Amino acid sequence: MVERCEETDDMAFRSDLKYSDVTPKADYLNRRQIMAAAGGAALGAIAGPALAASPYDTDLAPNTLEDITSYNNFYEFGTSKSDPARYAGALTTDPWSVRIDGLVERPGTYDLADLLKGMDIEERIYRFRCVEAWSMVVPWNGFQLSQLLEKVGVQSGAKYVYFETLVRPEEMPGQKRRLLDWPYREGLRLDEAMNPLTLIATGLYGEVLPNQNGAPLRLVVPWKYGFKSIKSIVRISLTDKQPPTTWNMQNPREYGFYSNVNPQVDHPRWSQATERRIGGGLFSRRQETLMFNGYGEWVADLYKGMDLAKYF
Amino acid sequence: MSPAQHINAALRRLPAWLFYLVAVLPPAWLFWQAVSGGLGADPVKGLELRIGKLGLQVLVASLAITPLRRFTGVSLIRFRRAISLIGFAYIFLHLLVWLLLDVQIASQIWADILKRPYITIGMGAFVLMLPLAATSNGLSLRRLGAARWRALHRLTYPALALAGVHYVMVGKVWRPEALAWLAGVLLLLAFRLPLAKWRARFAPGAS
Ligand code: HEM
Repeated sequence: MVERCEETDDMAFRSDLKYSDVTPKADYLNRRQIMAAAGGAALGAIAGPALAASPYDTDLAPNTLEDITSYNNFYEFGTSKSDPARYAGALTTDPWSVRIDGLVERPGTYDLADLLKGMDIEERIYRFRCVEAWSMVVPWNGFQLSQLLEKVGVQSGAKYVYFETLVRPEEMPGQKRRLLDWPYREGLRLDEAMNPLTLIATGLYGEVLPNQNGAPLRLVVPWKYGFKSIKSIVRISLTDKQPPTTWNMQNPREYGFYSNVNPQVDHPRWSQATERRIGGGLFSRRQETLMFNGYGEWVADLYKGMDLAKYF
Repeated sequence: MSPAQHINAALRRLPAWLFYLVAVLPPAWLFWQAVSGGLGADPVKGLELRIGKLGLQVLVASLAITPLRRFTGVSLIRFRRAISLIGFAYIFLHLLVWLLLDVQIASQIWADILKRPYITIGMGAFVLMLPLAATSNGLSLRRLGAARWRALHRLTYPALALAGVHYVMVGKVWRPEALAWLAGVLLLLAFRLPLAKWRARFAPGAS
């Protein structure tokens, strides 16, 4: 990991930070290194909470667990970045169930344990780019959404996947006010949902996902702005029409359905050409934002022929 | 003596320079916190927001001085210039953090000022305050004459209204806290409306 950090100049500031600084799981780190050393072994997903290096991993050094769990946008707990860390502890995530409905073969309300059965949990180190022009690098644990969709069976007419976050104002103080039109809603086109990059995260740094990061289940779509990665999911629905999505409902001029990371398409509030990498301190330099957040290799084809300034 | 008179007597012993001296502490403390990790994962944003908030609080306090005297008799008028200039200085720091630490890129600065309404409005507030800061000294007061000087300094009102709007617009949603500050600013401005009867009813004896 240390070599990795030093590969990029701009990340040199954190070359002193290692996984072992932020997680007690030193053996977990060792295992990763051994697997990487074994070459091809890194490619296979291993059942259970396996920790094989993924071909989709970024080479950048992950942010600290402290950064990732203290700087969150999760308006269900309040609008300040520190509100989720402060209030999300009160959220009950067990028992948890997810209603899966719409154009699926096996609809139903799935208990979390049933839903996770058979899912291959992998580690994925992804870049995370917020629409507010900051970014992090996050070592998620999770399974591919495609695997879950295959498990529940997608009907042939389905074109979109729709998600909803829990509504529970007693435990989510932000929901006591109508900051947004609750529940938080998100959606993907089916081909985006089936893309191997698209993850349902269940953990972070090899540990159970902290509540402020969207426990127990959250979406991670690394080539889109962070708000697409909906947290604390209680409903997944397959539809034949483009579903409503929260920020688009809130302000359609500012937030599109696609919301792909795109340095060429400015947001009315923030230039998207550059980003501030969290963790660099007060004097960190801004960095260029990459098209599709650097994941073009895997996703650019999804949008071939589309005018991305129109479908922003 | 009434309690207000007691307070005023105590205040008379305070020199204005003490305000300037104390005013250095909050930004210095914030800067230290930002450098040493005390402002969390994103010290740039943390510093920018906190110093903007601090500036707003001090400017709102300067706006409250006249109503405070009207309703309670406590007079801070003697410190109004110091308080206003301190508020302005904080907003100048807010702007510097934005320029130097946040945006950084020269070509983007103009684009942001012109294209992003919440920045345009904040900048408007700042620009309106420039002539006020420049004329907040005895020489300018004498040169302009009291009447013209006072007329010029009514720019405070639109400047603070814009500042309140700026704070609301910074949010992606209607944040209750920002709305409360805007409401507070508007309320303080409403006291300036020339409603003679209304004044007479609420503050008998006041000027
Ligand atoms: C009288 C003038 C101004 C006042 C009172 C003021 C006050 C504030 C306040 C209270 C906040 C929000 C703090 C929070 O959310 O906790 C803020 C945010 C901000 N202000 Fe100002 N401001 C002023 C002028 C300016 C100017 C001139 C600029 C830049 C040209 C500016 C740029 C910003 C930016 C970029 C933010 C943060 C937006 C974000 O959340 O990313 N402000 N300001």
